Amino acid sequence: MSAPVPCITDAAAPAIVRDPGQRAVFCGLTGIVWLHRKIEDAFFLVVGSRTCAHLIQSAAGVMIFAEPRFATAILGERDLAGMADANDELDRVVARLLERRPEVRTLFLVGSCPSEVIKLDLAKAAQRLSREHVGRTRVLSYSGSGIETTFTQGEDACLASIVRELPIASAHAAPELLVVGALADVVEDQFVRLFEQLGIAVRFLPSRRAVLDTPVGEHTQVLLAQPFLTDTLAALEKRGARHIAAPFPLGAEGTEAWLRAAAEAFGVDPEHFEDTIALPRARARRALDRYRPALTGRRIAFFPDSQLEPALARFLSREMGMRADEIGTPYCDRRIMGPELALLGDSAVHEACDVERQLDRVRASRPDLTVCGLGLANPLEAEGLATKWSIELVFSPIQGFEQAGDLAELFARPLARRERLAV
Amino acid sequence: MELTLWTYEGPPHIGAMRIATAMRDTHLVLHAPQGDTYADLLFTMIERRDARPPVTYTTFQARDLGSDTAELFKNAARQAVERHRPGLLLVGASCTAELLQDDPGGLAKTLGLNVPVLPLELPAYQKKEDWGAAETLYRLVRGLHRPVAPEDRKPATCNILGPCALGFRHRDDLTEVKAILAQLGIAVNVVAPEGATPADIARLGEASFNVVLYPEIADTAADWLERTHKQQRTHTVPIGVGATRDFIAEVAALAGVDPAPALALESQCRMPWYSRSIDSTYLTGKRVFIFGDATHAVAAARVARDEFGFEVVGLGTYSRTHARLVRAAAKDHGLEALVSDDYLEVEEAIRAAQPEMVLGTQMERHIAKRLGIACAVISAPAHVQDYPARRSPQMGFEGANVLWDAFVHPLTMGLEEHLLAMFREDSEFHDAAGPSHLGKAAVAPPANDEPQTALADAPCWDADAEAELKKIPFFVRGKARRNTEAFAAERGAASITLDTLYEAKAHYGR
Repeated sequence: MSAPVPCITDAAAPAIVRDPGQRAVFCGLTGIVWLHRKIEDAFFLVVGSRTCAHLIQSAAGVMIFAEPRFATAILGERDLAGMADANDELDRVVARLLERRPEVRTLFLVGSCPSEVIKLDLAKAAQRLSREHVGRTRVLSYSGSGIETTFTQGEDACLASIVRELPIASAHAAPELLVVGALADVVEDQFVRLFEQLGIAVRFLPSRRAVLDTPVGEHTQVLLAQPFLTDTLAALEKRGARHIAAPFPLGAEGTEAWLRAAAEAFGVDPEHFEDTIALPRARARRALDRYRPALTGRRIAFFPDSQLEPALARFLSREMGMRADEIGTPYCDRRIMGPELALLGDSAVHEACDVERQLDRVRASRPDLTVCGLGLANPLEAEGLATKWSIELVFSPIQGFEQAGDLAELFARPLARRERLAV
Repeated sequence: MELTLWTYEGPPHIGAMRIATAMRDTHLVLHAPQGDTYADLLFTMIERRDARPPVTYTTFQARDLGSDTAELFKNAARQAVERHRPGLLLVGASCTAELLQDDPGGLAKTLGLNVPVLPLELPAYQKKEDWGAAETLYRLVRGLHRPVAPEDRKPATCNILGPCALGFRHRDDLTEVKAILAQLGIAVNVVAPEGATPADIARLGEASFNVVLYPEIADTAADWLERTHKQQRTHTVPIGVGATRDFIAEVAALAGVDPAPALALESQCRMPWYSRSIDSTYLTGKRVFIFGDATHAVAAARVARDEFGFEVVGLGTYSRTHARLVRAAAKDHGLEALVSDDYLEVEEAIRAAQPEMVLGTQMERHIAKRLGIACAVISAPAHVQDYPARRSPQMGFEGANVLWDAFVHPLTMGLEEHLLAMFREDSEFHDAAGPSHLGKAAVAPPANDEPQTALADAPCWDADAEAELKKIPFFVRGKARRNTEAFAAERGAASITLDTLYEAKAHYGR
């Protein structure tokens, strides 16, 4: 067994430790679970295997919708053997789908491991299908395959495919803020109000509908609401947009820093900024006070999941007084995460670590709380370790001042529960 | 290419995992891309297992495709053996790895591991989960079997084959069946795969016969044992009172013992009396649509007709491997079996049959909810809530009690049904409010989801007849609509009037 190898160390930021091996992460297809709810007039068609269909319906226990806005075109033996032209088959499936769901404005063809391996060109298929269904449905494509993406990277790939199709802004367009990354509707509405009060014109990507109507260009300044958007950011920059580097809006401190970065980029008067955020920030701090006694001094470890881990660790250590034993993350983009890593201090970030060896470390250090995926949570609970399902952090409104308390509560709840239970 | 919203079964490697997870001292190395590890949560979350499935995934990524995925597999296999020290190593590939053609079995053999290695072929683009489970069990049995001559087998001893991980109530069925066997004085040699070690699998031959609880999982192995080693097997699945009696007779005959002690267990079964209880007359002729795996669908159909007095109006299965069973049962009920794993096709069939109740899987629960029809789950795939904490077998006499509760609970109860029919305008107690004991959870279908006609070429309804039809409670309205339309069509009526409605009522009865 190879020992973990620390690399890319610089004095200001924590080391990133790599220990590749068996990874226990979802693939990017999982993002469809929230994206199909977020973008109301879109449909996601995975081109893949029965495994892909099974993954999506099992991953989040989402078998709650009678008819979801996603489906799988399952490749059969005939598609692989070339007996049926896979493209003809795909056209047939898409036609059947759009006949059934005529309200779909945007259709995403989502690539999977098998479609990538057999080199089915979904970009080309999307162009062809867009022409075929012109005036009705735009067809885009991206890959959510496990060989290329982990979990939240599926959203990155989806948003990047959107950015490539967005209209070019006029040369005289007024400066505009683009907040990128899926947020809960309630959080988005709160941010809309705050930016309005700050006098900043703002749009969101993805928007709830007409996701392809947002113009981008040199007037666009990008503020990421989620840390996993490496490719989306690159695509936006290619279109002339500028990146506002900032920590992420988790906790009172993170939200303030995130809003401040935008305010500074848009030249908002500092006093006005202070006046605008003072009240919600005070509320957020009060909400956090309530959970601090439960969390202060407790040790926490993160298994790699959503790429939110360094930002969550920063929030929990700086605002809630927790100590991070180990911060695992599937991938850490140092440019996007830079402001977070600077705040995080000297806790090491473990990128894409081997699950068995990380389990060994967690069993040895026995943190007070372990943040991990659904496959690991119950087994660790059975070993007496308190756990927090990491997937909830992607499925709950946690960003912004008004949700700071809710975010802290998500971590306090498993601990409180253990204290309540007498069985 | 097949368009799928929901899938009834996972890919075949999930079936292999269900076997490996049920067993002890066995580890599976799966050549699979990053992301396929989602399968762990089926076991740890849906079934709430307290340990990870014994599976190591190679989790290869795109960058590995260019280099050496075979090397990755070899490392994973080596490390899995070193870490978990299993008595047997299973190796296989998921759908993506199958395309790479790395040959996990061949690779594992070159490693010189100090454990026996059993390679699995799991063709992901042809086969599905239940097949994968059956194939894995068969390979295990075939690979490990130590033959015992029939005359050297222990008399009145059996193996129980089929219970595995993620099975629908397997845990509790096993308890029931063991109790029946104990009552008959039949010893259980090995239960497989649940709780079995590779060494246990090797000694299956010591028993005089096999009890097959779940044909989808255990038929392949049991048939091979019967064919090759003359070890007889059961064919009756003891779901329902009648089938339990038959099962007792079958195992007693195989073991050469008196069935009476086990048949006496029926005195603990309340189901027959509950069904004869006078308040149950409202169940008579209730129209039920049944869909599930072959075993549970066929069993439910028999129970529904013979033990509840229901009318089975639809019977189907998603398991193509055992479709023959369902076709035969459907014929017995005067029906054409629906054999399909297309959720939309099943939904359409249910809509057309207009049942008052659906007995199905988690998928049919959605369909029934959408159509406003009562539903009980009788088969996998199931949701976390179908793994109850209390003992809830489907098999044996206690299983029959459980079926009673499960089928009756979602229905509107007898006298309530009458009151709904009599006072349809009551603002809080009307058919759209659903069965009152279920609170607001059960609601009638949205008006626009109700079909305008039940039959394709039905004559049209005039306004008075349509209004009168609406006075019939929703749980029987579909049947009334269907009967009336069939009646009118048979007589070549141009339209359906008030009189046609009542003529049809007189013709068909309730």
